[in-house]
Amino acid sequence: MAVVFERPHALTDVPMHYCPGCGHGIIHRLVAEAIDSLGIEGKTIGVASVGCSVFSYNYFNTDMVQAAHGRAPAVATGVKRANPENVVFTYQGDGDLAAIGTAETVHAAARGENITIIFVNNAIYGMTGGQMAPTSLPGQITQTSPYGRDVNTVGYPVKVSEMLSQLDGAAYIERVAINNTKNIRAAAKAIKKAFTYQTEGKGFTLIEVVSTCPTNWGLTPEKAMGWLEENMLPYYPLGVYKDKYADKN
Amino acid sequence: MTKNILIAGFGGQGVLFTGKFIAYGALIEGKELSWLPSYGPEMRGGTCNCSVIVSDEPVGSPIVNEPDVLIAMNRPSLDKFEDAVVPGGDIYIDSSLVDREVRRTDVNVHYIPATRLSTERGFDGIANMILLGSVIKGSGVIKEETIPAAMSKVVSAKRQNLFDFNIRALALGAEVLE
Amino acid sequence: MAEKVLMKGNEAIAEAAIAAGCRHYFGYPITPQTEIAAYMAKRMPKIGGVFLQAESEVSAVNMVIGAASAGVRVMTSSSSPGISLKSEGLSYMAGCDLPALIVNVQRGGPGLGGIQPSQSDYFQATRGGGHGDYHMLVLAPNSVQEMAQLTIQGFALAEKYRMPCMLLADGTMGQMMEPVELPDSAPEMAEKPWALTGTGLSRKHNIINSLSLTPDELERWNIDRYARYAKVEADEVMYEEYLTEDADVCVVGYGIAARVARNAVNAARAKGIKAGMFRPITLWPFPKAALNKLATTCRAFISVELSMGQLIEDVELAIRCSRPVTLCNRTGGMIPSPEQVLASIEEAAAKLN
Repeated sequence: MAVVFERPHALTDVPMHYCPGCGHGIIHRLVAEAIDSLGIEGKTIGVASVGCSVFSYNYFNTDMVQAAHGRAPAVATGVKRANPENVVFTYQGDGDLAAIGTAETVHAAARGENITIIFVNNAIYGMTGGQMAPTSLPGQITQTSPYGRDVNTVGYPVKVSEMLSQLDGAAYIERVAINNTKNIRAAAKAIKKAFTYQTEGKGFTLIEVVSTCPTNWGLTPEKAMGWLEENMLPYYPLGVYKDKYADKN
Repeated sequence: MTKNILIAGFGGQGVLFTGKFIAYGALIEGKELSWLPSYGPEMRGGTCNCSVIVSDEPVGSPIVNEPDVLIAMNRPSLDKFEDAVVPGGDIYIDSSLVDREVRRTDVNVHYIPATRLSTERGFDGIANMILLGSVIKGSGVIKEETIPAAMSKVVSAKRQNLFDFNIRALALGAEVLE
Repeated sequence: MAEKVLMKGNEAIAEAAIAAGCRHYFGYPITPQTEIAAYMAKRMPKIGGVFLQAESEVSAVNMVIGAASAGVRVMTSSSSPGISLKSEGLSYMAGCDLPALIVNVQRGGPGLGGIQPSQSDYFQATRGGGHGDYHMLVLAPNSVQEMAQLTIQGFALAEKYRMPCMLLADGTMGQMMEPVELPDSAPEMAEKPWALTGTGLSRKHNIINSLSLTPDELERWNIDRYARYAKVEADEVMYEEYLTEDADVCVVGYGIAARVARNAVNAARAKGIKAGMFRPITLWPFPKAALNKLATTCRAFISVELSMGQLIEDVELAIRCSRPVTLCNRTGGMIPSPEQVLASIEEAAAKLN
């Protein structure tokens, strides 16, 4: 019988703990597929962050280290500087990357650190149970913005890809989404390109993946996709924000 | 024998360098020693001092509270440390920059017009070395024959002119000591 | 050993680290230890090493975590306020069983405090600094030579027990120059099968992690770690005794305080008082047994410290309060004078008669 569906080698067979409809499963798979297709699993080292994806160290088949909240880019810097031959990636959520780890993120990009960041933006803190994230939308209701995010008191969401694309050190920044097959294919391509750039020593790469959190958004998985399309994509337009080597590809 | 030396002056007068020279001399002679600078936010121009201890025994505290030898390169340094010198100790003063005499009568005072001499005799900027020449001669803290080897530790041998320049300043200091 | 050279304590740490095979340094400028970073910035590129000035103390310690995870000998250095920022990383390092050397050239606190020498981070260092059940090795040099020696030993101990090691110095130790001999032979490097080097598709993936949401598992990890700590306490204690054999009064101090105390002990002996000095070199593990043994003959103890009474607690605990222990201290960047310590010795001796 022909095999029509297979687990990527770069994923372990440990059952994932993610909620039904959560985007992490898809994104893990895309990362693993990129690693498989580039044949780099044996030399790749992943850095897990704090948040729902904390257990990603159990799911990726590569060597893994689990970093403190927000510190993944600094830990990845240490790993990469120790063994420049390794391919090093972090897998971080929005609270980790764009709130508590802003300094680490910005400076890793500014240094042109030759690492790849997979940044999952689902506009909410998942693991702690649905609090306002730095990327929560204006008016968005969360546990810590029960009357809706009021930009007059808590300010505006951080547009990470736009912000980092202003830094000379960043080589490649793209925002993708996982709401339909077309976008998932584009996301797969972007992630693979980021890893390729790293293996070519091109410098800092970050892929922002706009994703869903049905549980904490209080929606069914299907409705969550709709919410993403109606609310997140207008605020977080998809596309390439920076590609230092666009002309040379 | 232990000699506790305190060198004090403005930043930029060569306080730390002077101490370093003595420290290297002691190192070359196989003595025990410590060199401890005061340190602070003022990189230039503030007051600055340096404790140097040279001994035949392992050095205990590296902080010189009661110097056997005080080298005062300016008036504030003399004002601050005059009373701390042990009875029978020595005070070396750059008398071009200190406009008063030492009040104590139980110490040996050496007035060396180092800054004036440095200008008059073509040793601009190294009055400290003239003063140090007097200290080495007067205190015997390091031997005269150690001077060239100590100098080679602090001035690169590649800069022969600078080396000779400093050696001559030390010699002048030794010469003017009464 | 090579010939003796004159070095600042901070420079001796840096050069000794290089001699120990450390080729990765991550740091952030702070007085009075910046010479270490400056020295590394100059030397590392010339020997194929890595010097990186991080964006923060927090990032620096996390870069250390990354490099330690990758299996290399790595260090960072800072001074008191910077160590507070690094404390999160210290806890993670302990929880991940990662070896690294952390230098704290202490300055006065709390808060921004001052920049003059202090020993007021004693509790922070000996009790771990960060959150959770853990210890660090804490080594306290009292000369430039020991700054070098303990740096080299610190790396080896950290790797032997897979735990962070702190070199706890102070501004005086960092800034002073003394003759120092550095080893000229290359050190042995420990095997690190746990390190993240890439699986090469030939082994199961290595995971470096401090998280367990299963309480009984986390408890087991902690108990295992404390079994290792017990071995450290049994095998790695270091201390120095000076004239303690017949001493009635014993001064206890580490680092610069011990240097001052030694002068005072000599002065007391000259006055006919039987004084001695006990100097812990490992602050954790604290030389409890040796000090307790001393308490069988010595009748009074004095804790000399540049803090408001921190070391004194370990002295009292070690001797189980079997003898009077008094405090002789200065703080805020001040250093006790030998005269002050002598006065304390005289006072303690007078009470014995």
